[in-house]
Amino acid sequence: MTRSKYMIAGLALLAAGCSGGAGDDGLFGSDRDLDAAGSGTTGISSANLDPTTVAYFNQVIGDRVFFEVDQSNLTPGAMAVLDQQVAWLMQNSSAPVLIEGHADEQGTREYNIALSARRAAAVRNYMVTKGLSDSRLSTIPYGKERPIEICSEERCWSQNRRAVTVVTGAAGV
Amino acid sequence: MKTLFAAVAIAFGLMGGSAIAQGCASDTICGTIEDFSVKPLPYAVPRFIAETAGADQVANDITSVIAGNLNNTGLFREVPAEAHLSRRDSFGAPVQFANWTPINVQALITGAVSTGADGRITVKFRLWDTFNGRELGQGQQFTGSAAGWRRMAHKVADQVYSRLTGESGYFDSRVVFVSESGPKNARRKQITVMDQDGANVRNLTGAGSIVLAPRFSPDANSVIYTSYETGRPQVYLLDATSGQRRNLGGGSAVSFSPRFSPDGRKIVMSLGDGSNTDIFTLDLASGQQSRLTNTPAIETSPSYSPDGSQVVFESDRGGSQQLYVMPASGGQAKRISFGEGRYATPVWSPRGDLVAFTKMVGGRFHIGVMRLDGSQERLLTASFLDEGPTWAPNGRVLMFFRETSGASGAPALYSVDITGRNLRRVPTPSFASDPSWSGLLP
Repeated sequence: MTRSKYMIAGLALLAAGCSGGAGDDGLFGSDRDLDAAGSGTTGISSANLDPTTVAYFNQVIGDRVFFEVDQSNLTPGAMAVLDQQVAWLMQNSSAPVLIEGHADEQGTREYNIALSARRAAAVRNYMVTKGLSDSRLSTIPYGKERPIEICSEERCWSQNRRAVTVVTGAAGV
Repeated sequence: MKTLFAAVAIAFGLMGGSAIAQGCASDTICGTIEDFSVKPLPYAVPRFIAETAGADQVANDITSVIAGNLNNTGLFREVPAEAHLSRRDSFGAPVQFANWTPINVQALITGAVSTGADGRITVKFRLWDTFNGRELGQGQQFTGSAAGWRRMAHKVADQVYSRLTGESGYFDSRVVFVSESGPKNARRKQITVMDQDGANVRNLTGAGSIVLAPRFSPDANSVIYTSYETGRPQVYLLDATSGQRRNLGGGSAVSFSPRFSPDGRKIVMSLGDGSNTDIFTLDLASGQQSRLTNTPAIETSPSYSPDGSQVVFESDRGGSQQLYVMPASGGQAKRISFGEGRYATPVWSPRGDLVAFTKMVGGRFHIGVMRLDGSQERLLTASFLDEGPTWAPNGRVLMFFRETSGASGAPALYSVDITGRNLRRVPTPSFASDPSWSGLLP
């Protein structure tokens, strides 16, 4: 499973959302829109996911956003994903939300814990400005302790500089 | 009651013999560490004599540990037993210097081991300057339990090192570190302690949670470290005497990067509120927390000066990670690092003269040292990822971890002299990171 696919799917959904708006097909458009965007064709078929499920949140909207090297500010792409995450969280769940901050291996261990705390906080603060209740949100800084990609090249590091939104305790996890 | 370390009481005393003051004199073979690091001193340590029945094995083992310590420094070159012209058969026999100078043995260590009816071991040694035909310092002996034989060997080696270099030794010391196993994206970590030479490895925690950066108390009887066992990073103190653990985070969202004050009464560490990270102290007796920094920057990796009056730490308050020094009570901080790149994990030398650090520049990591005013920066190592230096008790050697790159990359412990020479891998049973060196054991 690649994460970049989720990003593409998320952007396609955003476009679908802009043009179609919320309607009978769901908040962000129909499953057919997803297929038209060319996503969900490998691995788990996200085309068949119920948009109210956490699986949909994780795989179709995308449960993570990415950061530039040694930065914790949100990119426009990250904000677009977070907008959809917030909309989904307000619509489909009242479960507590945990935001994990992570860093790549190109930094010292203790600094990276603090850097990943900043990244998780940037996501949390953004979600609060978009209307999520702060009391529903918590963060954990993982530093460089839990990479998801393990090569020592930018293509992996870019996936590891991330904040992951974990919807806890909800049905469908 | 479970204790971290086997209690090994070692009694020692000077034996009779010459009354020459310990230390270097101009007409001896003594030299500085700098001298010996360029031109190692040839020495010999004939197998210590077993003076009682059944002491042969431990006499062999003790001799090997002494030689191993001295050889690992890179300062001394052992002339092996095969080259010796004579064999010693009693501790008291006069040294025939003419048997040692032809094979260029300049320092000769003679010794003996005996075991008592109570199982206790006594080790005694003398150190000789063969070219000047004299003893260096006085004979000395150590007595302790059979289990403490390695420590007695370390103490002999520390004495030899000290008499030849004029500096205190570092062999009777321990290292606490993180043992790692499993794949890179799901590492299992444990706090582990071992002797400085890699012997007597013991795990202090299980592998159920992420654990980071353990550090010894000044008396080496406790360890502070960071664990994710509650789900978020929190500092714990593991007390060796009671076996009890305390969470020292004081209710903060996250706490990490702890170090003891030199008197052992306080911890300095980073506390995070979920977003920002600042430096605080915690008084262990009263539980009182004091804030040392208050900026929106990342401020972490604090380390006390040996006199406890100042703290060196890293901060990105100027835009990137750099090193700063501030009073131990907080207040005005002075930046000390000004070179190219980012500086991290400063650690104040036990001698007070230098700070060791991790430097990141041009996509490479280095271990380096500089003076406390930032001058005389020297980089001692370079690799894909060198991180987290810790000082030997005498301030002459640094240990750190080096992580290799790629999907199968993994960390291991290394040591290097502050001269930049003698880079060595420190043996550990598994992957290892985050070493912290104790002081000399009592």
